[in-house]
Order: sequence, then C-alpha cells, then structure tokens
Amino acid sequence: MKLSSDAQFEQEVEVLIGEIKQHYGYDFSGYARASVYRRVKRFMGQKGLENMQQLREPLFSDSFFFEVFLQDVTVNVTEMFRDPSFFLSLRQNVLPLLSTYPYIKIWDAGCSTGEELFSLAILLQEEGLLNRTKIYATDINQKVLRQAKEGIFPVSRIPAYTAAYYAAGGKQEFSGYYRSNYGNAKFNSELVRNVVFYPHNLATDSSFNEFHLILCRNVLIYFGRELQERVLNLFDESLVSLGYLGLGKKETLAMSGISPYYNAVDKTNRIYRKLN
Amino acid sequence: MQRVPELVVIGGSWGGIQAALQILKGLPPNYSLPIVLVLHRLRDQEGNLQEIFERKTRLTTVEIEDKQQLVPGMLYLAPPNYHVLLENDRTFALDDSELENYSRPSIDVTFTSAADVYGDQVAGIILSGASSDGSSGLKYIFEKGGTALVQQPQEAEIDTMPLAAIRATPGCRIMQLIDIQEFLLSLHVN
Repeated sequence: MKLSSDAQFEQEVEVLIGEIKQHYGYDFSGYARASVYRRVKRFMGQKGLENMQQLREPLFSDSFFFEVFLQDVTVNVTEMFRDPSFFLSLRQNVLPLLSTYPYIKIWDAGCSTGEELFSLAILLQEEGLLNRTKIYATDINQKVLRQAKEGIFPVSRIPAYTAAYYAAGGKQEFSGYYRSNYGNAKFNSELVRNVVFYPHNLATDSSFNEFHLILCRNVLIYFGRELQERVLNLFDESLVSLGYLGLGKKETLAMSGISPYYNAVDKTNRIYRKLN
Repeated sequence: MQRVPELVVIGGSWGGIQAALQILKGLPPNYSLPIVLVLHRLRDQEGNLQEIFERKTRLTTVEIEDKQQLVPGMLYLAPPNYHVLLENDRTFALDDSELENYSRPSIDVTFTSAADVYGDQVAGIILSGASSDGSSGLKYIFEKGGTALVQQPQEAEIDTMPLAAIRATPGCRIMQLIDIQEFLLSLHVN
C-alpha cells in the first residue's frame, strides 16, 4: 500500500499544479504524474528545499525562478540523431516523397534545446531540400527556444553525435557542420535560416498551420492519456492529407482515436502517414 | 508485520541476464505477481533480450510500452534508453530524462517509483553487476517497509552491485539465486 507521506506529497503537488495554472497560465494537469512527482522532488532536492512551502515562496514571487523550475520539470534532455534508425528511415522513406512538393512545411513540436532540429536540418540539406523547407520549431519553454536558435552544444557530445550521424546515413564530414570553441560546438546557423522559433503549448494551444511532416518525439510520454489524445488530434488537424507523423520509439498511435486514419510507414521507428 | 509483496522488481547489470534467467526459469506461467526487470543494456541495442527471456522462462515477456498496464504473470523488460516509472493506476510511464548512475534505464529510478506506488508491497532484488546503481533504490524500498533481497556476492559474476546494495541496506537479505527463486515461488498464490 502507498505510504501516507507519499500520498500527502502527491496531494501537495496537485495543489501546486493548480496554483501554477492560476499564476502563470501553464497547465500541467494533463501531464503523466509519475514523472511530475519525480521531477518536483528532484528539483526540490537540488535546490535544498525541504518542504512545499519553501518551493512555493520563490516560485510565485520570482518569475525567473519559475522559468528554471519549468525547464527542469518539463524534461529537456535530448541529443542529436537520437535513434539513428529513425533518421535513416526519415531519409529513406519520407524525404523522397516530401521532395515532390514545391514547398515543404515541417513542425518540430517540443523542439527543446534544438538537437533534433539541427539533425533534421542536416538531413534536409543533404537531400537537397533545405532551401525549400520551412520548419516551425516550437516548445512550451522560451528559454530552450533561445538555446535551440543558438545551436551550441557541448563538444563532449560530438563523438557520440558523429557516430549517430553516420548511423543515420550521413553523407558528409560531420565536422563540416560546426565550429569548436571553448568546449562548445556551434552549428552552422545557415542550417536554421528557414526556421521559425515559436512558443507553443501542446496542452492548451491550437493548430496554427498545415504541415507535411510533424516530429514530436519523446514528448507524449510525459502526458497522460487524455492529453496525449488531445495532442494527437491537434497533429491530425495540422497534417495535410498524406502527411507524415514521427513519434518517439516507445510512443504509438495504436491506442488513439486517430489511428484508423493512419498507416505505419515504419512500425519500429514509429513513423505514420495520414491516409487520403 | 510485513505485508505480502504485490510487485517484484529486479535490477542487474553485468552478469545480470544469466542471474535473472536462473531465478525466473523456475516460475510458473501463471505466476501471480507482475515482475519488472531492469537490466543495463548497450544504448542502441535492439531487443533480443525479450526473445531470450520468452524462450528460457515460462513467463510471457514484453518490452515495456508507455502507459501499459501491469498484469500478474507478465515479465516486463525495461526498454533501452528509457527510465521506467510507475503510475498510481499501476501503469508504466516511460521517461527519457538524465542518466542516473550513468544509466538509462536506471535501477534506482524504477525501484524508487515502485516503492512510491506500492509502498511496503514491493520486493526489490539486486543481482550481479559492475555498477552501484540500484543500491539507493533498494534502500528506499527497504525504508518504506518493502522486501530487499541481494544476490550473494560470492555467487555473482561481478560483485560490485550486490556489495554496494548490501552496504546501502545492511538489513537486506543476502541470498543465493536458488533461494531467491524459492522466495519468489513462496509468493505465488495458485
């Protein structure tokens, strides 16, 4: 049986979620709780906060503190070419079909600090599509959007990214895409010349355009089932007929109401195509 | 009085696959508890572990999907590159946040989450491995009144993980694999 102290902590977080919505307008009520509880506990531990009251004081008096909290509680861990087989499949199965459009629109939903965005842009560049593609990169968090725009990643990650790039079918020298400086790798800003960075909250905002491809990888796992369904419907509204949807390796359309209207183009890599 | 566990969580790393097989191969296909197995794996390794456990045990084995319900008699494997959490409605929640103890999946993360949901009704088992992941999770289970078992270090292929767990939780029970299997069989209700 769950311990009463744990139940009490969870109850306090529920109250906090309501207060955050009232105070800042961010709605976490549809988020998967196991992760929220863990992230809040973890954040409190890192900041040396011993109880909920100690968290609430700075949280509601200091919007900068809240931004830090927001970035930490909404997981922003990402990497370039995560699951190389996904990007390889995108290159082989999706981009050739997208190339038939005169102008391509892509939505990178929950782009976080931009690693996935730059991976995608590199792919498009190598397939000769980048110049006629517009990417909308959105995230709930303004701070990570600013980071995404910069395209500066720790140089310590470069060996792993290089290996992943080649595993994803990379055709060039990976080192040609960035310059190293003071422990950082700054990626060529030409790659994101046609990218619009835009704050968007999947939990509350609506569809804002039509896309040929939507990427939303490892975002839905942080949502409860209802919110997942809302977001998938939002994607459905935002995809052209025959458009593509790419999810994370452990996310699926299978349990969703939109599933009958989609084909799995690549089941293992969770790439779906909207039917005509 | 300790309550009977309703969930078994097992963690291991190097040597953990063989040790887990030793324990699990003796369990009946209708085993009355769900079992969650967290093994450190190579990052992008694809799932043949599922086949191995499916073939060498009598339990139905699956790699965990997000939001999947925990059902008795199933063996659930943590997928590579995700942490495995549990929700209060006894479903799984996957998480791709920071590595813990250089690992994702991390044994600590799953053990801690299991104890948050099941309270004192969790049995946590630490097997062979070359890392100290799992030791604070096992301690957490023990402190909440759950059952803490550790494979006897002399018997483990690599004793780092069992030794770390024993250090963190001196009150744990140190057992040979055959006795851990006996213990799990004693939890089985026909």
